[in-house]
Amino acid sequence: MAKITLSNLRHSYLPNPSGPEDYALKAIDIAWEDGGAYALLGPSGCGKSTLLNIISGLLTPSEGRILFDDKDVTDLAPDQRNIAQVFQFPVIYDTMTVYNNLAFPLRNRGVAADKVDARVREIAEMLEVTEMLDTRASNLSPDNKQKVSMGRGLVRDDVNVVMFDEPLTVIDPHLKWKLRSKLKELHQRVKATMIYVTHDQTEALTFADQVVVMQEGEVVQIGTPVQLFERPQHTFVGHFIGSPGMNVLPASETGGKVRFEGQIIAMEGPVTGEGGMTQVGIRPEFVRLSNAGLEARVRKVSDVGRHSVVDAMVGDTSVKAVVEGDVPGQGEAVHLAFRQDQTRLYRDGWIATEVAS
Amino acid sequence: MKTENQKAWFFVLPVLLLVAFNALIPIMTVVNYSVQETFGNNLFFWQGLDWFEQILRSERFHAALGRQFLFTFLILIIEVPLGVIIALSMPKKGIWVPVCLVTMALPMLIPWNVVGAMWNIFTLPEIGLLGYFLNNVLGITYDMTQNPVAAWATIIIMDVWHWTSLVVLLSYAGLVSIPDAYYQAAKIDGASPWKVFRYIQLPKMKTVLTIAILLRFMDSFNIYTEPFVLTGGGPGNSTTLLSIDLVKIALGQFDLGPAAAMSLIYFAITLLVSWLFYTLMTKDDP
Repeated sequence: MAKITLSNLRHSYLPNPSGPEDYALKAIDIAWEDGGAYALLGPSGCGKSTLLNIISGLLTPSEGRILFDDKDVTDLAPDQRNIAQVFQFPVIYDTMTVYNNLAFPLRNRGVAADKVDARVREIAEMLEVTEMLDTRASNLSPDNKQKVSMGRGLVRDDVNVVMFDEPLTVIDPHLKWKLRSKLKELHQRVKATMIYVTHDQTEALTFADQVVVMQEGEVVQIGTPVQLFERPQHTFVGHFIGSPGMNVLPASETGGKVRFEGQIIAMEGPVTGEGGMTQVGIRPEFVRLSNAGLEARVRKVSDVGRHSVVDAMVGDTSVKAVVEGDVPGQGEAVHLAFRQDQTRLYRDGWIATEVAS
Repeated sequence: MKTENQKAWFFVLPVLLLVAFNALIPIMTVVNYSVQETFGNNLFFWQGLDWFEQILRSERFHAALGRQFLFTFLILIIEVPLGVIIALSMPKKGIWVPVCLVTMALPMLIPWNVVGAMWNIFTLPEIGLLGYFLNNVLGITYDMTQNPVAAWATIIIMDVWHWTSLVVLLSYAGLVSIPDAYYQAAKIDGASPWKVFRYIQLPKMKTVLTIAILLRFMDSFNIYTEPFVLTGGGPGNSTTLLSIDLVKIALGQFDLGPAAAMSLIYFAITLLVSWLFYTLMTKDDP
């Protein structure tokens, strides 16, 4: 077990990167606390798998260092880092039994046979695959195969970190939920640091204590699921997390006053900085239909189950509102009210308001 | 409502005709010959299973069959491991991939009788590059028209040269289809290169290797052209493989009855071994 520090990490797949656009990872600084459950969340191609492969040692970063506790492991091979990785699709040794699959990493490290046996049975018990121990691994169902490949990571008691690279991609939807809660349970039992890479916000938010949101090779926000939802540091986070995503509305700002479609909008607190492109961000959950406020015309109403999403046009801009109960009809004129403590200004994408003291 | 009719048969008919003309009818002709005696003039006499008995008891047949199995065994035991080793050492990506693949495929593109003729000239003691080099530079007496061991060595090496590529290409196809994640997982699990081969590469190559071995078995067991052109079955009968012997009986001696019986036995052996091998190799498959 170890604390993992990524210090000023940059990586490019090109031999001679010239500009920032050549980097798959741009200046990453993260410290992962020992025993934490982390998620790396971001769209495809944002660099999260690159980051994972750098931590596991499958890739060597162009610049920067990786520390496990205080030990620099940047130049160490994967098998010397004591890490475990679970891949997108189950990687198992087809010709071996489940037992031999689980024993494989231990035997390769010369662990005594009786200790191997004890560990394998303990992990098999945890993963509920005990009755399959003598089955050939190739005969298992995909979810059990994935359990076995997780097991190969967990079977070693010296792992610093277990990493999951979108491990539920090939699992049937009805089993995803089961496997996800199994993972959560495993984390509580083995207390290893776990990093879970995904582009699915539900997976990230249910698994992790801390979510790292990435975009185009950069970390945009690190926070608890609640923090990411309530106070996105970047419009990307607001967009990416939540369904529907945050409303990001073009606005102008002069002397601390923010105008959207000609109307002054009240912010959560004082505006910081100046210049740049300014936008107002507010989650649809905090937009209300009321008697006064911004005039708007309903363009579309979608019933998504427990509530409805009303899509209304303010001028030429679409604003979404989550509405419970009665909804207006299409084409109806309505008024929208923004909840002040959830209304923020973003400057060039980054948050530019402070919480009122 | 679905209409049921027999139209589908018309689509199968061409294949049926094709198979009839290129397989069933020739085989039945052979079966016909194998149970009769003929002296020409279209006169046939019923012979029963006499020819089969005669062939199965014939020492000449036993000897040819023995040589045939030895030949096939030797080329398999060389070509399969060699092909796998070459496939493992070929690059997985980059500009050298097409270069390697084309180089590998070259020997297979050469017509079989040309291969025989090439190696014949290549090994001639007086003018052949290899023959001259061995005899006059290294001082090793080498003449495949005189020495059975030299003749055997030559046909084996020729076949290895000609057909190892097939094993290479099939194994390579199996190797490149293995996703990177397997190698990465093996690295993380601390597996040695041998274990990577034993538990990842070999199992993933199993299907294509089965096909490769099967093809090499059938082809080498039925080989005719190259050794015929190269050694003509000699010196003596030392490289007279089954097919060469069969042609000698059928066209040299014109013993159509025994030749027909022999070809049926020959066919049955090929079929039986192929079937046994394939069944054994695929019995564990899900």
